[in-house]
Amino acid sequence: MSTVQDYPSRLSRPESRKMGTFSYLPPMGEAEIRRQVEWIVQNGWNPGIEHTEPDFAAQIYWYMWKLPMFGETDVDAILAELKACHEANPGHHVRLIGYDNFTQSQGANMIVYRGAAV
Amino acid sequence: MAAKTYDAGVKDYRSIYWEPQYQVKDSDILAVFKVVPQPGVSREEAAAAVAAESSTATWTTVWTDLLTDLDYYKGRAYAIEDVPGSDEAFYAFIAYPMDLFEEGSVVNVFTSLVGNVFGFKAVRALRLEDVRFPLWFVMTCPGAPHGMKVERDLLDKYGRPLLGCTIKPKLGLAAKNYGRAVYECLRGGLDFTKDDENVNSQPFLRWRDRFLFCQEAIRKAEAETGERKGHYMNVTAGTMEEIYERAEFAKEIGTPIIMSDYLTVGWAAHTSLSRWCRKNGMLLHVHRAMHAVMDRNPNHGINFRVLAKILRLMGGDHLHSGTVVGKLEGDREATIGWINLLRDRFIKADRSRGIFFDQDWGPQPGVFPVASGGIHVWHMPALVSIFGNDSVLQFGGGTLGHPWGNAAGACANRVALEACVQARNEGRHLEKEGKEILTKAAQSSPELRMAMETWKEIKFEFDTVDKLDVQHR
Repeated sequence: MSTVQDYPSRLSRPESRKMGTFSYLPPMGEAEIRRQVEWIVQNGWNPGIEHTEPDFAAQIYWYMWKLPMFGETDVDAILAELKACHEANPGHHVRLIGYDNFTQSQGANMIVYRGAAV
Repeated sequence: MAAKTYDAGVKDYRSIYWEPQYQVKDSDILAVFKVVPQPGVSREEAAAAVAAESSTATWTTVWTDLLTDLDYYKGRAYAIEDVPGSDEAFYAFIAYPMDLFEEGSVVNVFTSLVGNVFGFKAVRALRLEDVRFPLWFVMTCPGAPHGMKVERDLLDKYGRPLLGCTIKPKLGLAAKNYGRAVYECLRGGLDFTKDDENVNSQPFLRWRDRFLFCQEAIRKAEAETGERKGHYMNVTAGTMEEIYERAEFAKEIGTPIIMSDYLTVGWAAHTSLSRWCRKNGMLLHVHRAMHAVMDRNPNHGINFRVLAKILRLMGGDHLHSGTVVGKLEGDREATIGWINLLRDRFIKADRSRGIFFDQDWGPQPGVFPVASGGIHVWHMPALVSIFGNDSVLQFGGGTLGHPWGNAAGACANRVALEACVQARNEGRHLEKEGKEILTKAAQSSPELRMAMETWKEIKFEFDTVDKLDVQHR
């Protein structure tokens, strides 16, 4: 049994709360985030940004940051907007969405800035 | 119009039911059969016989034929083609006029198309390869209770395939232990767990007990991970009354998804359940026990692409589709063909994938294909590459068989999945670089590292029995 590892997820351990796609991987660095933004642009999806206080992360609707960036293909502009949202809402979770208007679903949805876990 | 006269006796089918000059109508139901005729029966006669026996005709002329407008009602064989790689079989293309079928009844269509004709003596073997459903028929069927888009919104999961696991051993666990196995999987990072298809309500595990313990497992895993979870509560039962009772209870306790076995419960029963699910806001997972009885023999039966289309018409939010890479039968191109038929709005004919006809589904929502059976973390790169985001990947033994238990097994699968999705999005070739991608992800996940050590050598490399028809088979 000594070789068996315990699985550390706990109700009492805020880090156990996950945040959807990519939340089981280590946080991405800037270069890696850029690649995911490029993926959204390559697919022709419309980038959008949402944010929330960590206490309300489980709710369906987060606050929308401005409007989805329809037709935006400049990766730097998208990254700058993410940063602007983060700076205006320190401590919030901030996620990037790729709206796919063909399927009317979200082709991508990932946390870019994580607030403190609760 | 010249009056026809009654001429009793047995006539060649081809004189009435073989019409190579026929122009198919948009409203026709089209079917292609692979036919192996009896020796001495010409292709035209065999094709006409199939058209006749699956539509209006009986073996001899009857006077009441003349009270109808036979040209309006009859099915006709309109084309014949060689089957690549076979000297004895040929494809017969048959068009059926819309008036032969009741609206919204898949049962009615197939009582004709695969009815008595399959036991007909003039053909030695017969296989229904594909059916084109016209839009008028599609729109009279219920379709998926919710569909992929709504399911993603309900579960708040985007940008990746969903992950599941069938609880094992498939028979014998009592309710509390069963719920434990579910809880461990869900807290480890899976989106769903699944009742085995054989699990209905046996003495060791009555359905009500199972539902309650599994719902408790879902609630706690959701609180712990902050993510939405589900367990496919199998409501398959011996009567519709029992099925409805179980479904109503599942709804009462607030569970998001139930499951049915659409072939063994029967198509009418399944369609009724599908309508119930739409009405009651319940997702519907669909298993396919018995399919291989019909679809595995390459010369006789019904191709799975037809069974998949039937399910899309009757309604389901998930359907098992084969894995290509696991322990169960499945040709790669054929599988891609029917997963596209489940998901897309319009699918063009593509013989390289076994698709004979264009199929327009109108606004009917897409169905998640489910890859399940004998798969583990090493298969993940190929699965993500073949199935794409809109799929459910289910690892049973590949979760529960982890040396550290279900939660670690689930976590290993989730890490492997997310690493593959990240790499694909970065433009990397998953099937070529799979090993490096997983090895790198395992550096920060001891659970994945352990899974990779455990299953490294397992492979399933038996040849496929039901292959696409190609030369030099």
